[in-house]
Amino acid sequence: MKRHLLEAADLDRDDATLVLDTAAQIDQALAGREVKKLPTLRGRTVVNLFYEDSTRTRISFELAAKRLSADVINFSAKGSSVSKGESLKDTALTLEAMGSDAIVVRHSASGAPHRLAGWVRGSVVNAGDGTHEHPTQALLDAYTIRRRLGRLDGVRVAIVGDVLHSRVARSNVWLLSTLGAEVTLVAPPTLLPVGVGSWPVQVSYDLDAVLPKADVVMMLRVQLERMNASFFPSAREYSRRYGLDALRLAALGDEAIVMHPGPMNRGMEIAADVADSVRSTIVEQVANGVSVRMAVLYLLLGGASS
Amino acid sequence: MAGSPAPVPENPSTVLLGAADVARVVDRIAHQVIEKAGDALPDVVLVGIPTRGAPLARRLAGRIAAFAGTAVDVGTVDITLYRDDLRMRGVRALEDTLLPAEGIDGRLVVLVDDVLFSGRSVRAALDALRDLGRPRAVQLAVLVDRGHRELPIRADYVGKNVPTSRAQKVRVHLAETDGTDEVLVTGA
Repeated sequence: MKRHLLEAADLDRDDATLVLDTAAQIDQALAGREVKKLPTLRGRTVVNLFYEDSTRTRISFELAAKRLSADVINFSAKGSSVSKGESLKDTALTLEAMGSDAIVVRHSASGAPHRLAGWVRGSVVNAGDGTHEHPTQALLDAYTIRRRLGRLDGVRVAIVGDVLHSRVARSNVWLLSTLGAEVTLVAPPTLLPVGVGSWPVQVSYDLDAVLPKADVVMMLRVQLERMNASFFPSAREYSRRYGLDALRLAALGDEAIVMHPGPMNRGMEIAADVADSVRSTIVEQVANGVSVRMAVLYLLLGGASS
Repeated sequence: MAGSPAPVPENPSTVLLGAADVARVVDRIAHQVIEKAGDALPDVVLVGIPTRGAPLARRLAGRIAAFAGTAVDVGTVDITLYRDDLRMRGVRALEDTLLPAEGIDGRLVVLVDDVLFSGRSVRAALDALRDLGRPRAVQLAVLVDRGHRELPIRADYVGKNVPTSRAQKVRVHLAETDGTDEVLVTGA
């Protein structure tokens, strides 16, 4: 493994497989245990540096670090010196001066973790940067698919919805294609990024045509907070054309699963009964997230200190 | 216990135990476990420390079943996440941790490893066991004890005691992992 985890596009097949295998072994080692804690990162300090709101990712990283016995410091931009105008660099150097070994960073600016990695000595883990990447989400998605379907090679994955604003989609495109899956993006043309033609994916505008052939349907949240223009006429029309409802669920193959990175807009991109159906892996994804992030922290921090 | 200490081999890569020797040693340890456990034999769980402790534990279970007619439980416990030398040696891939469904609470756990050296692996395994349950007792079985302990740890069952120098390497090969059964000593 490299020293940082900045983007899924960085990971080759061996690295990615190592993370997934390590997560599986950690899952196995902790299954059915009363003491869900390992001493591996005792004395290491992990800082969660969050410039954007987050529930599951921050808690998941915190839990992962704590289960490996690392000390965890949670930093959120709200209520910190950031509101006094402190820069990302100064904040990071301050945290490192206090002895952090790894910084888990979420930032609204694409590329912020890359800049950070150039400034600090410790490891940097990208927990979501702007509309760029969210690599641990892609790793936990891949892990969930592998657990459910038993393989990734040749699995047909449809990623549906707001691809334009989705770092989850970008990370998944790179990671899943590295691992041999066939990815199809399904979205209205206005919600696909420029240059999607150069990605290792197929593109479709018709959800109903894609569903019967998909092993995995990954629904993306419509990111209203990042939309400063109108990308579709109305929420109802979007939902009619690109939302996953019970009728469309019935068009899926017998083994197909439904994923969503959360948080969901129930009734918008995914109907409530679909989100709660047996095919939905949404809760499982959250649980797997902790194991996968433990694997990442172990592989980045467990070895020789820099 | 093994007999008198074998002479330290001089030339590189001396075969210390051949395939037949390994088989005999495993048989003897199986007998010793049976004898020492007595009526508690059904409580025994043989827990191998990966990599080569795991197949050794399975072989021991096989021999115990053959000699005593009792099928004892077998498990493995990966100690990587419990090692105290990760920072020095870097991360490595994890291996299986598999325990009987009933767990190890109140049972007689026999840890099984190939080589006993510094004792740090065994310490890590003891730490891991503590997180996994509370055995009634923990014993240790090793194929080779090469000395140079760095911790107050001793084996209950030893296949062969081999006085070595620190510079030497003791390598155990097993059919399951390496295609052949042998114990080699290399270096002066």
